[in-house]
Amino acid sequence: MSLLIKNAIIVNADRMAKQPQDILIEKGVIAKIAPSIKADKAKVIDAKDKLVLPGLIDIHVHFREPGQEHKETIETGMAAAAKGGFTTVMCMPNTNPVIDNRSIAELVVNEAKRIGTINVFPIGAITEGLKSEELTDMFELKDAGCAALSDDGRCVSNSHIMRLAMEYAKMVGILLIQHCEDHDLTVGSVMNEGITSALLGFKGHPGPAESIIVARDIELAHYLDARMHFAHMSLKRSIELIRAAKAKGIKITAEATPHHFTLTEEALKSFDTNAKVNPPLRTEEDVAAVKEALNDGTIDCIVTDHAPHAREDKEHDLDHAPCGITGLETSVGLAVTELVDTKVLSWPQLAEKMASAPARIMGLTKKGALAEDYDGDVTIIDPKAEWVVREEDFVSKSVNSPFVGRKLKGRVEATICAGKVVFSR
Amino acid sequence: MSEWTKHDLLDLQDVSRDEIELILQTAKSFKEVSARDVKKVPALRGKTVVMLFFENSTRTRSSFELAAKRLSADTINIAAGSSSVSKGESVLDTARNIEAMNVDAIIVRHSAGGVPQMLSRHLKASIINAGDGCRSHPTQALLDMFTIKEKLGRIEGLKVAIVGDIRHSRVARSNIKGLTTMGAEVTVCGPATLVPREVVSLGAKINYDIYDVIKKSDVIMPLRIQMERQEQKFLPSLREYAIRFGIDKTKLKEAKKNVIIMHPGPTNRGLELSAEVADGEYSVILDQVTNGVAVRMAILYLLLGTKEKPTEDG
Repeated sequence: MSLLIKNAIIVNADRMAKQPQDILIEKGVIAKIAPSIKADKAKVIDAKDKLVLPGLIDIHVHFREPGQEHKETIETGMAAAAKGGFTTVMCMPNTNPVIDNRSIAELVVNEAKRIGTINVFPIGAITEGLKSEELTDMFELKDAGCAALSDDGRCVSNSHIMRLAMEYAKMVGILLIQHCEDHDLTVGSVMNEGITSALLGFKGHPGPAESIIVARDIELAHYLDARMHFAHMSLKRSIELIRAAKAKGIKITAEATPHHFTLTEEALKSFDTNAKVNPPLRTEEDVAAVKEALNDGTIDCIVTDHAPHAREDKEHDLDHAPCGITGLETSVGLAVTELVDTKVLSWPQLAEKMASAPARIMGLTKKGALAEDYDGDVTIIDPKAEWVVREEDFVSKSVNSPFVGRKLKGRVEATICAGKVVFSR
Repeated sequence: MSEWTKHDLLDLQDVSRDEIELILQTAKSFKEVSARDVKKVPALRGKTVVMLFFENSTRTRSSFELAAKRLSADTINIAAGSSSVSKGESVLDTARNIEAMNVDAIIVRHSAGGVPQMLSRHLKASIINAGDGCRSHPTQALLDMFTIKEKLGRIEGLKVAIVGDIRHSRVARSNIKGLTTMGAEVTVCGPATLVPREVVSLGAKINYDIYDVIKKSDVIMPLRIQMERQEQKFLPSLREYAIRFGIDKTKLKEAKKNVIIMHPGPTNRGLELSAEVADGEYSVILDQVTNGVAVRMAILYLLLGTKEKPTEDG
């Protein structure tokens, strides 16, 4: 089965095409890109007036399976991803049981294969049970299909273990992703430590809890000549450290979420538990720093940190509600509204942040660009469509979004994975 | 062939290629002694040799003791961990007291690197290092070189792989030094957490790909995985180690036809080395033990035949 996308304005990380072209996908691979392609038996999609990007890649999601299927399953998570324009996602290992061994990694791989829409890679744990005590069998996790390793949700707090993890992972040839949080500084915290927490009387999560670990891991990566990826950067100070380290040639990369470039701690003033997230929403200054870092390349990519929580889990007071925001279905709208429309990023830069860079970071050599011989993963976006986020429109099992009711610009019209339409409006 | 002039054997750092050749040559003539019906020559009659072991040992201590006895020396054994040390005496005090009984050689093993050097500076007796810390184990390296030469006819130009816990291995450090001095090419292989990058400065290459290492090597020497070190979590699991780095029959399929497998002992069978390989056609592990006695006879003979040294105390 072939697929022909007509009249596509192609947006790659390096350029946005001036003229529409056709894209022919055969056997899951981009066979031809040309001004006018004839393919009699191919299914045709007309992308007139739409922008056509390489299939978006989100290297940081939580699909909750196994263990918390009432919040999300691999199947509902994949549906939410396809609706959000994503053709490849990486699932964090803080499931129950944790993805710290081959059988759980294979469960994720096999379930995703059974559903068969988009690409799903598990991320294995760095330490057994996310306890920062013993390294996982990293060779085995890689062989089982893990794309990277992370203790996300927890930081690898023991510096000796982190050092060993970096040495071992470098040998195995697998990327480590750090959730940067000094847990000693954040016990019982609800939100960013600052004016709002002082005003509301909540226990705060101080900025240094993040930047201390960023600094530590930069030092270790430098010392060991190892690679390191920093998850969900939220803080100006962390960004300054990363910028300086990159200038020195240290092999680090970093990501940021839509909520961290859109919202501030002010969102907690209404006591909305859907705005409780880890790392917490910070200040205007931090949001500006995240945007600047996206623009200048200090932050390499955008991820959702899609963290679905069931209604009953979030319907608590702020102290007791879990952290997390469902993000896959609002990511493109927020990125277009907050970054492209405001000239923080150009369209090619957005393709870079949401497709090319994540592909490069994860070593997916046939993804992240629309070019012949690349995988037939495509996201079609209507750049002008305006829409309102509504609870009833979510296909994720959970609706814990602080963006409900918000008007956004830029909407995913169709998602194509390996030449197969996995979502269309 | 050079003459032996050293009073001690502390490590292989300043032992020349000629001196190593001399030890190996001398050992060759002593090997025959142990094969006799009456395994004794009078070479060191009247000499006293003390084995001062602050760390447990089965192989090395009995090997030294037999070597001394077959040369007709008088020997005593001190398991220092259980004697005066537990009463608070320092290493140097213990050694000085022993020397005061007019002994000719002290063979010392200690968990701290540098103890043999310290004793050498203060004592007149010949000091032989039987293993200090993670630093040096010169007699093991010498008996390994003797065995390689015996089995493969030469050392120069051979490719030798040392596999496993390089970080904590005195055997690895002494072998890297000795073998490179003799013109062999040494590659170390093991989990990156147990292979310090700095071994490159000792003259060894690092290669984490065990299959590639096996394919290229003339000699493969897995080291004991020191379970007691696992408290520091250097390995994800012993299981992953055995699967990835353990030397077994399957991995050896790609090995050279005349490869030899060595191990300094004691082995964890099924971990760094499978039982079938340990007992198999390539294994020279028991030859190493046999040769150990001959090499230690040669060392005792050469050291106790040289003249006295000046000391800081004297």
